[in-house]
Amino acid sequence: MDKLIIDNKEYNSRLMLGTGKYKDLQETAAAIEASGCEMVTVAIRRMNIGQDQSSANLLDIISPEKYTILPNTAGCYTCDDAVRTCELAADLLSGQMLVKLEVLSDSTTLYPNVVETIKATKILVKKGFKVMVYTTDDPIVAKELENEGCECVMPLGSSIGSGLGIINKFNILEIIKNANVPIIVDAGVGTASDACIAMELGCDGVLMNTAVACAKNPILMAAAMKNAIRAGRDAFKAGRIEKKSFGQPSSPEHGLITDE
Amino acid sequence: MNIILNNVHEEAQDGHTVKQLLDYKKIHNKYIAVEINRKIIPKSNYHKHKIHEGDRIEIITAIGGG
Repeated sequence: MDKLIIDNKEYNSRLMLGTGKYKDLQETAAAIEASGCEMVTVAIRRMNIGQDQSSANLLDIISPEKYTILPNTAGCYTCDDAVRTCELAADLLSGQMLVKLEVLSDSTTLYPNVVETIKATKILVKKGFKVMVYTTDDPIVAKELENEGCECVMPLGSSIGSGLGIINKFNILEIIKNANVPIIVDAGVGTASDACIAMELGCDGVLMNTAVACAKNPILMAAAMKNAIRAGRDAFKAGRIEKKSFGQPSSPEHGLITDE
Repeated sequence: MNIILNNVHEEAQDGHTVKQLLDYKKIHNKYIAVEINRKIIPKSNYHKHKIHEGDRIEIITAIGGG
């Protein structure tokens, strides 16, 4: 079977879904269900102590018994904050060491701060964390992160929430070519074809949030993403034809019914 | 006594443990982490770890995010 393996666990789905920006928890749960994903990302934040504590919590709806919960370090701009967040997340999730590391540079581009990301990866790996690391689509940096012992490398397709798709296919191809860990495109997906392209290129999976949560119909888009990722994966495995400059007939050229 | 809870100045009862503080704040969510003065308090210690004057306490949870 064609399974994705992360931290010694097998996944049938190659789609990972973020849980931010949905209308409510019910919509979040319905989109996750429709997407068929088995791993969902969550953010780690100060609890809103003033709120009604009897209201449902995200992890009451998205059960860690059913889904792999991938805590992220979204919003962290330094190595120290990211490491602190991962340690809190591990305690929150009863010792789970799988984390999504992202260290950002600035709030305008939301581009990864590669220097802080590499620094944090080193520290987290040493502490025993299994690090799924968000980074730029720079093949050299991707290899560096792999060499530091991360669980998988997650290059951006384009900026977080931009919906611009895979801007540099050649870089993604180069990253995949050199990789010995799973490569998962994280960020930039706008619609189903973007996810499909990532998979056709040979990525091991795609992580997305905004493209689903902010679609006009998030649940239908979640299902579209599921199909796109399957289609892209199958196409990659099937092996595409070479591109040619001009036409090649699909029908035999002999036996034509002509008078010449 | 005065504490700083999730970056807000608050008053807490003298001698309260982490568990008593959580109960007082009606926090029953099992998916939380508690950090006091940058040190994570293991869940098994909530009932015995006492809060002190000036403690900087963070109560963390998981919310929607990508």
